[in-house]
This record gives sequence, C-alpha cells and structure tokens, in this order.
Amino acid sequence: MEIPVSFDYAPAPESRAIVSIKPKYGHFIAGKFVAGSKHFPTINPATEEVLSHIALAGKAEVDAAVKAARKAYTTTWSKMSGKERGKYLFRIARIMQERAREFAVLETLDNGKPIRESRDVDVPLAAAHFFYHAGWADKLEFAGLGTSTKPHGVAGQIIPWNFPLLMLAWKVAPALAAGNTVVLKPAESTSLTALLFAEVCQQAELPAGVVNIVTGDGSTGALIVNHPGIDKIAFTGSTDVGKIIARAVASTPKSVTLELGGKAANIIFEDAALDEAVEGIVNGIFFNQGHVCCAGSRLILQESIADEVLEKLKVRMAKIRVGDPMDKNTDVGAINSKEQLTKIIELTAAGDAEGAQRWSAPCELPTKGFWFAPTIFTGVTQAHRIAREEIFGPVLSVLTFRTPQEAIDKANNTPFGLSAGVWSEKGSRILWATQQLRAGVVWANTFNKFDPTSPFGGYKESGWGREGGRHGLSAYLKGVGHE
Amino acid sequence: MNFYGLVDGTDASLKHYLRELSGVDQVGADARAAMLATRSIKTTSKRWAIDTAISMVDLTTLEGADTVGKVQALCTKAVRPDPTDSSVPSVGAVCVYNDMVATARKHLDLVGGQHVGVAAVSTAFPSGRASMPVKIRDTQDALDAGASEIDMVIDRGAFLSGNYIDVFNEIVAIKALCGERAHLKVIFETGELVTYDNVRKASFLAMAAGADFIKTSTGKVVPAATAPVVLVMLEAVRDFYSMTQRRIGVKPAGGIRNTKDAIKQLVLVNETAGPEWLTPSLFRIGASALLNDLLMQRMKMDDGYYASPAYVTID
Repeated sequence: MEIPVSFDYAPAPESRAIVSIKPKYGHFIAGKFVAGSKHFPTINPATEEVLSHIALAGKAEVDAAVKAARKAYTTTWSKMSGKERGKYLFRIARIMQERAREFAVLETLDNGKPIRESRDVDVPLAAAHFFYHAGWADKLEFAGLGTSTKPHGVAGQIIPWNFPLLMLAWKVAPALAAGNTVVLKPAESTSLTALLFAEVCQQAELPAGVVNIVTGDGSTGALIVNHPGIDKIAFTGSTDVGKIIARAVASTPKSVTLELGGKAANIIFEDAALDEAVEGIVNGIFFNQGHVCCAGSRLILQESIADEVLEKLKVRMAKIRVGDPMDKNTDVGAINSKEQLTKIIELTAAGDAEGAQRWSAPCELPTKGFWFAPTIFTGVTQAHRIAREEIFGPVLSVLTFRTPQEAIDKANNTPFGLSAGVWSEKGSRILWATQQLRAGVVWANTFNKFDPTSPFGGYKESGWGREGGRHGLSAYLKGVGHE
Repeated sequence: MNFYGLVDGTDASLKHYLRELSGVDQVGADARAAMLATRSIKTTSKRWAIDTAISMVDLTTLEGADTVGKVQALCTKAVRPDPTDSSVPSVGAVCVYNDMVATARKHLDLVGGQHVGVAAVSTAFPSGRASMPVKIRDTQDALDAGASEIDMVIDRGAFLSGNYIDVFNEIVAIKALCGERAHLKVIFETGELVTYDNVRKASFLAMAAGADFIKTSTGKVVPAATAPVVLVMLEAVRDFYSMTQRRIGVKPAGGIRNTKDAIKQLVLVNETAGPEWLTPSLFRIGASALLNDLLMQRMKMDDGYYASPAYVTID
C-alpha cells in the first residue's frame, strides 16, 4: 500500500448495493402498484445518470387515487379506533428504521444530498415523526380542539424535493394519526423514496387506500389541488405555487396548510460564543446545499465582530468537503436539478451586478452533475436582491448591524418569516430578541434543529399553519361544530 | 517579560485578557465534536494516520509500582514499537515520574533512541498541591536528570477560585526553569475544570504564560481527553496562532485507548487547528495501551488479517 504524505481522506463511499431501483415505476393506488401511462426520467443530480422512469399521473390516475382514499376513509380508517391506527404507525416507523440504510442510500442517489445527512438526519427524523404521531392516534381529545374531534377526510399532499422522505413523514404521519387518508404527490425530481415508502405501507399491511402515492409534475399537483373529492390540502414548496394553491382553494370548502419559502436572519451578537456561532452559520446555510426553506440565508452580524467572524467563517468554509454525495465524508453534495442551479447562478450574478462582494470556498467541483461551491456575499444591504429573494442554494448574504434594535429591524424587513437564529451568551438578550422576531421558528445558539414535537411554520409569505407538535396535528382535525 | 504583548504580568491585565475571550457554547461544541467523529477514515489515509499516531504517542507509565526494569522495557518499546518491523516509527517520547528520568534517558540512548524524548511529570503531579519551592525543586530535579520535556500540572484550586495570576506565575516560573533545555507542557486536568469556558480560559492563560504545549489531563481523573475538550483546545491554539504567529502544541491524554479513538483525534486536529498541527512537534497523545492497538491495526492493514495479541509485545 502506498502511504500518502498527508492526511487526505481516502474515498469512503457508501455502497449502493442495498437498493434495487426498477427501470420504471407506476403509482401506488389502493394498496397496489399500478402501471403509469406516460413516464419521465429521474436522474442522480451528482452524476446526471438516469436512475429510473417515473410515471406522470393524469386525471384518471388522480381520480383513482382519490376514489381509493375515499373508500378507505369511509369503510376502514375512519371507523378504526385510534389505538389500532397507532399500531400501524408504530409498525411503519419500525420498518423505516429497519430499512434506514436503504432509504438513506436511495435518498442520496435521487436527491444529491450527502449520505451523512440522509443517514443521520432525514431518515431518523422521518421515523421519529411516525413514532411521535403514532402516540397521538389514541389521544386526539388532548389535541386542543375539544373532546370530540373529527378528521377532515381525504388529504391531498404535495411535497418538495429538498427533503423528500422527511417531508412525506411530516405530511403522512399526522394525517393518518388523525384518521385521514391521503393522496400524496412527491416532487417530480425526487419520487423514489416515496415509492419505497409505498412498499413499506404494503409491508406494514396498512389497509388498502389509506396511503396513495401518485407521481408527476406540477400538472399532477394541480389535479390534486382542484379535485372536488379532496377535503384538505397540505403543500410544502415555493411561495409562488403556494399563492396559486391559495387562490385555487379560496372558493372551496377545502382547508389548507402551506409551508413556503423563507429568507431567515441568523443574528450574531458580539457576545456570542464565536466558534459555535460560526458552526451555526455553516449549518444554517450549507446544510442540505442550502436547499432548506428555513435556511439561515441572511447573516446579520454585529459590526464590532464582523471582520473576526468573517475570517473564522472563511477558514471554516475552506474545510467544507464538497463532492460525491455517496462519500461518507462529504459535507455538501449536488444541487438537486439543472433548473435550480440555473436559478442560483442567476441570483448570484445579480449579487455581483448590484455590487456585493462574492467569496467562494476553494473546492474542486466535479465535472458532471450540478454543483455550486459554498459562497458568501459581503457588503450586502437590505436593497440587494440577494437579501430579499430566496436563493435556495449554498449562498449566504452577509449584512451588519450596530444596535440590537437595528438587527431586529433588518431581520423582520422581509416578506418572509419562517425561521430566525439568535446567537448570544446573554440570556436576557436572547429572550428579548426572540420576542421581537416575526418568524415561526426562532433558534437560540443553534440552527436547523428539528424535532417532531416542535411546531414548524411561517409568518407572512412563509405559509399558513404549522406542522409538527400538537399544532401540526390539529391541522388534520376539526372540532365537532367546526363543520 | 512581555508575554506576546497580551498581558503585562499584572493581575489586572490578566483578568482583562481572559474576560475578552469569547465563550464556548457547550451544546454546539459537543455537536461539532460528534459530527467530526463520523468521519470515515479508510485505506491509505487510515494507514497514514496509524503511523502518524504512533509517532505522536507519549508512551507513559505513571504508577507507584514503576521500577527500573519496567521503565527500561518501556524505553525499548518506545524506540522500536514492533521488533519485527523496522518501518514502524518510534514514539514521540516516554513519559515517566521524575525519579525514572535518568533511567529512561540512559536506556533510550543505549538502545538507539537518542531521538526519543523523555517527558517528566512535574510540579507535584498529579494534584499540584505543593508549595512553590517544592514545585521548583521538583522541576529542577527532572531537568538535571535529563528530561527534555516537562509536563507540569496547574493549580486547579487556584484556577477555580479565580486566582488566575497565581496559576500564571507558576507557569512563568517553570517555563523560566525549562529555558531552552526542555519543552513545557501544561496540564489542565480538564475533568476538574469541568466547563469548556474554563478549558478555553486555561488554554489562553497557559499559552500567554509561555507553554509550548497544552495538555488535557493527568490520566488520573475521569473524564479526561474527551473530543469536545480537545476541540476547544485546538480552537484555542488556532486562534492564538492568528494572534501571535506562534504555534502551540496540544496533547490529549487519558482515555485514548484504541486506533479508532486516535484517528478521531487526528481528524479533530486536521479540521480544527489544521494540517500544520499534524506533527509530533505540535500534537502528542498521552497513552499506554493505545500503542499496541495501533500496532495490531497496522499489521492487519499490511497482512490482511488480525494477528493474535501474542504477536505484539506487552511492553
């Protein structure tokens, strides 16, 4: 063995042997996989390799899925006791844990996120959501809506490509616990783990039609949103699509929850623990390639420590390992799609054009696939597009402030309000700041921490309603008398 | 003395210097150390790490039952850890009590180990509970016997009661004794300082006072060299370098018993202080059992199978 002269980590690739990807997939309707009519390719964004072909659901398939969901709701699921429903959810959670590696590998291949994150974050959290909601299934009278609650019926759920399996869990687990049945559509570029989840539903012997999964693009999503047989819509995705959905359901009896975009402020006060704050900045914006609606994409830094923090941040960013998502040592993987990469390039070019200073981590990017080096822009003001628009990529805009009030004013001066971060070693300052921030989630001395017990959702254009915790559960219930 | 221009030797300036330090968030430091522990070091990089770790071991015996024979055996092992394979590097140093320094030096020289240092634990190791004249005599004794490295303990009582200047002055005095003759390693006993804020404070105090190395523990107190404690110390030496352009070494000691633990330490170094610290002159691992596990893993990598422990010498 040739021994190297320095500590360059040798490749440590996770094996993909554990997953078997079929050349073509259909839909999962009424407990069975049914063939699709039209198909489109799904690729590995790290290599551009075509992984499989995904079916595009049209009206017939969506109708069939809604019909199956309705039948399962009326005949089985709404009649079953909460205790029995809970058993299915526990079973699904355990099977997800047993097949965790399979889910993680498949997620990384299909999405481009590092295996370390799919293995340590996405899959364990997805299982945790099923465990948490399994416990709720027979305790719905304590959900805060009175002692007599009812499910909505059939829930139509449309999820994004950034956390495909985790967003599925956020949607399916509370819906089922509350007694609804679902028609779920994964994002067109990341359908594979949802289809593997369908297998898990079969393995758990979930009654046919309780979970139906139809794949497709925005046209399929529109069919779900506008379907008269659906009682509740839950959507996670862009604010633009969220507005379309809100308009579409405005004149219908459907209830809606929307989890949309963000442009979160991550505020670092001069008395913060700086090394951990730097970690928090990195985790806030470079976690999952910045494809995170609650990403800390605006760093709001006290001027007195700005130079020191930026120097530390650059040193730290130079250590970020960008590359093969299947390598266990990779920190930042591939951008999910060519379209997303184009959008990131376009917005960062606007940053240059508007006079902000760009600095990118020195890293070698693979030649195939979609890649963007972790990047920061300094000299950014509130008026810059990169301070206002969601980039949804590994790009951080750095702004500074002089007084605590100025930090809060800048943080809140956005149409979004999904999340925020506050870093200080001073408890009173944290309590004050968190009360002022208009954001659904405020993290203190940490960032991007998720837990099924904690409600998640936005102010303003970041969405309607909450997911997770008792608040999230209640979105899938109505108190009797709220018909 | 000007202490890098950071303090002027007065209590007031020292307090000011230590108060200016940023705090350490325990949850964040633990999380960062846990994340770095997930690094997967395989094949060629593992082989590099094993040899590098061997060269960084301070092979240690600090027992009441130490004898001349035991120390001589340790020295032989230190020079040629694997008698059947001359490609195995020598360890960084042997670490013994004062009265064994002369024995160790003589025996190392006898077996061709002129390049291996002798580290003496000093200043009333491990508790540090003795008067200053005794600590001075203790150190002088070790230096006279030929110690090339002094591993002193700080007065944790003084530190915890806020008498930072006493701790500082002790380090300054011992450093003055060491002069050019010996490297000074300052042991904090982080298991007694407890908080990461204290570890960071002790690190900056010791570096300003003239430490060449900062060391976690005596090996007599648990917990010892936990990953987050080493992380905090590595951040301190990195920051001190950017302030002074001088690189201070780090020595975790206690609880690092196998190859996996040692490689995790090297990952911490690589991604925190940086690759410049991946040398025995700036990073040491205080250990005894670790060396044999490194040797067994090395054999496994070269031969493709695990040998019986009978193929590794016990001392």
